[in-house]
Amino acid sequence: MFAIVSEPIDPRALEGSIRDAARGGVVTFLGVVRNCADDGRAVTGLAYEAFEPMALSEFEAIAREVRDRYGDVRIAIVHRTGELAVGEIAVAVAAASPHRAMAFDACEYAINELKRRAPIWKKERYAGGGEAWKANVC
Amino acid sequence: MAAFAALRELLGSSPIELDLAEGACVREAWEALARDRAGMSALAASTRIARNGTVAGLDDAMTDGDELALLPPVGGG
Repeated sequence: MFAIVSEPIDPRALEGSIRDAARGGVVTFLGVVRNCADDGRAVTGLAYEAFEPMALSEFEAIAREVRDRYGDVRIAIVHRTGELAVGEIAVAVAAASPHRAMAFDACEYAINELKRRAPIWKKERYAGGGEAWKANVC
Repeated sequence: MAAFAALRELLGSSPIELDLAEGACVREAWEALARDRAGMSALAASTRIARNGTVAGLDDAMTDGDELALLPPVGGG
């Protein structure tokens, strides 16, 4: 499953899309909106937007790279767009493989690559007013 | 032409149609947009431009009907 969604993400559904009887290791990463910016300012929420067709192509490319690097891994990626409050899930990456090491490695590779290159943007909204687009430092 | 994040706020959300000379390259499309918008030059170095869904080089030639997207530094996750 590769998706850009405007509704809340259900990580269990994401895991369900890649689990099967041959895979004993399932690793899920959740990126959650936190209440504090890197510079210490209080954050009330994040606004995300995506260039959807290109973002989905990147998700699929990342999944192909994961299989090339780590082997028999199934991977699912979903990212949310729109206005998110503190505590909500912005991104979920799930990886399932026969054993755990491959799933951990695949999941880490996928979220790192997503953050580095997927055409998705976020704006921080600060307590007391103010907002700023924040680029990832990878 | 579509734009995202800070560039969308500068250019607006509606697709922009550009009328360029035959054989124009991606750089010329950017320059046509930036000509009347002071805020864009500061973003030039960090912006990637996709042509029909794939990141393009500034010297890539365009053909009629190409769709460009202006991609500022990404912040997903």
